[in-house]
Amino acid sequence: MLADALLLQLGYNATLVTLGAALLGIAAGVAGTFLFLRKRALVSDAISHATLPGVGLAFVVMVAMGGEGRSLFGLLLGAGVSAALGLLCVQWLTRRTRLGEDAAIGAVLSVFFGFGIVILTVIQTMNAGRQAGLEGFLLGSTAGMLRSDAILLAVSAALVLALVLILRRPLGLAAFDPGYAEATGWSLPRIDLAMMGIVLVVTVVGLKVVGLILIVALLIVPAVTARFWTERADHVVIIAGVVGGVSGYVGAAASAVAPALPTGPIVVLVGFAIFLFSLLYSPRRGVLASVLTHLRYQRRVHVRQGLLALANGQPIYEALTRRLLARSGLILPDGVPTAEGQAAASKALLDETRWAIVRGDQAYALAATRYDGLTPIETVLTPDQLTEIDGKIAAPRGIA
Amino acid sequence: MGAEFVALSLPPILIGVLVAVACALPGNFLLLRGQALIGDAISHVVLPGIVVAFLLTGLVATGPMLLGAAGAAVIAVVAIEAVRRLGKIEAGAAMGVIFTAMFAGGVLLLEQSDTSSVHLDVEHALYGNLESLIWLDATGWGSLLDPVALAGLPVELPRMALALLVIAVFVGLFWRPLALSTFDEGFARGLGIRTAPLGLALVIMSAIAAVAAFDAVGSIIVIAMFICPPAAARMMTNRLGHQVAWSVVFAVLAAVSGYVLAGYGPLWIGAQASVSAAGMIATVSGIILGLAAVAGPHRTRNG
Repeated sequence: MLADALLLQLGYNATLVTLGAALLGIAAGVAGTFLFLRKRALVSDAISHATLPGVGLAFVVMVAMGGEGRSLFGLLLGAGVSAALGLLCVQWLTRRTRLGEDAAIGAVLSVFFGFGIVILTVIQTMNAGRQAGLEGFLLGSTAGMLRSDAILLAVSAALVLALVLILRRPLGLAAFDPGYAEATGWSLPRIDLAMMGIVLVVTVVGLKVVGLILIVALLIVPAVTARFWTERADHVVIIAGVVGGVSGYVGAAASAVAPALPTGPIVVLVGFAIFLFSLLYSPRRGVLASVLTHLRYQRRVHVRQGLLALANGQPIYEALTRRLLARSGLILPDGVPTAEGQAAASKALLDETRWAIVRGDQAYALAATRYDGLTPIETVLTPDQLTEIDGKIAAPRGIA
Repeated sequence: MGAEFVALSLPPILIGVLVAVACALPGNFLLLRGQALIGDAISHVVLPGIVVAFLLTGLVATGPMLLGAAGAAVIAVVAIEAVRRLGKIEAGAAMGVIFTAMFAGGVLLLEQSDTSSVHLDVEHALYGNLESLIWLDATGWGSLLDPVALAGLPVELPRMALALLVIAVFVGLFWRPLALSTFDEGFARGLGIRTAPLGLALVIMSAIAAVAAFDAVGSIIVIAMFICPPAAARMMTNRLGHQVAWSVVFAVLAAVSGYVLAGYGPLWIGAQASVSAAGMIATVSGIILGLAAVAGPHRTRNG
């Protein structure tokens, strides 16, 4: 069943919804990257929670005008208006009062959501409210969508993606280098406005798919995941788009198989699984990579200190050091250095002595900053400089 | 305003007030430390904690659920910190990743497992059911002095009172170190205050408030009470003591008037049924914050 869903074999509607969710995921991943890099990731949480009263009021208005109140377009329009209002409240509280942006976000999301709940309970008491199904907007539900709704979803997701792609240049500039963006004539407030506008549209379109509680994850998780894989600006955007697209695609497909499951949590957990994989295994910033780097460093320090001890004729007691030296054939099991070990030890001692002279001489102040007890001095100084330093090494004095 | 009020409205109002104050107290410090959204994160991750506790024990009992929720809160705080440090990721984004994932996990577990027989669902977790916490044994104001009737009080009331007591004692005992480490962490450390454990203790206190309140009122009111009363109080004064006092006043005001508006407001305008009390309390706290932001004497950054 799941294979069928992933291969888009479950009928026209499900296919449309799945493709729409994938497009939406790409758009959210790309837009979320800009948001994340501007350090405003959680503003989207306020925006998404602020959609609830709009959805509810739109339903009430549509019923009052004699409709059935279930037109997806109408509901999303209401969501957009109240989300914009919530965004304005966040901006106003942050600019005009002493509250920080985090407090403004928390206040707006809880108050708007609370008010939305009040309206939902009002709707439940209305005659038309029995089958409103507005709860689907909380956690997302794509099962049993009308053909017209599926088309609306797919088309608007495609439009959002196009919008993001058109605006990617100014958005990227503002996200990665705000100073440069301003200097080259872009207006930062305007770019921020455009970014928030895109986030708002992504949120509203994603409302039916992911639900308003979890849509924030579709914006944040891909961007955070992408950051693990690359240091390059354009690559972050592309990877985030791919992660978002895969999350949306798999999530929507899986929920087509199991209609009882809300779509949002599946989409979020697929994204989170990719994130977790990146956190553990990404080659440069992942946990595994850092552990390996640390172990390698630890070994180098042990070997170096062991060699210095050998050169000075001191016994080595530390177990790990002995094991490392023995394994590389530098000492015999009883701790006596092999010929190879003696050579390596003399080399280490010479290196350390050269470093000591370099660090004691103001003329080499710059080179001395490279000292870390491990870097061979030949990689820092030229052969000529080394000869000069070697001249300063005190010759072994005979015992008088 | 007689027997019916004591039985049906007094316990929810009292619980609402206790929840509001228990959340607003630590909320003041979280707000000043720029950690206002910790409350948001904690109240989301309480759900998976409760679901896991239910799946493990198979019963809806207070003890295991509180433990599960508290465990989830601690795991979330640790995970957020780990993601932030390991990935060198900004705190807000790390929070967004962890709490959404844990909430999503909780929802899926809940939908997958057979919880139809028990009172456990997502809507309940979000906005609780304050109105259902009634006191059937009460026959009038006299019941407040009747030990037999008092034993029938909703269990949430004493639990919430205990949580508030713990939090109030914590804030009272550690007032000076909390204030110092909030405003000048370096100075506090210089005085020998261990700021890291203190910060963690503050987060744990917030978790206690959120977890205890969660069952009774749902998470939305918890988030609102963590942020709105302290934020409104912040506009009223420049002194920490006064701010905490104002926040308690605002919290009580929001809880009482929110409940009354939800329960009786619709009847006044001729509607048939009441609306969600939790939602209304959050709304009223937002209105209070809005008024303070427009007219509070210290609303701007430089005053």
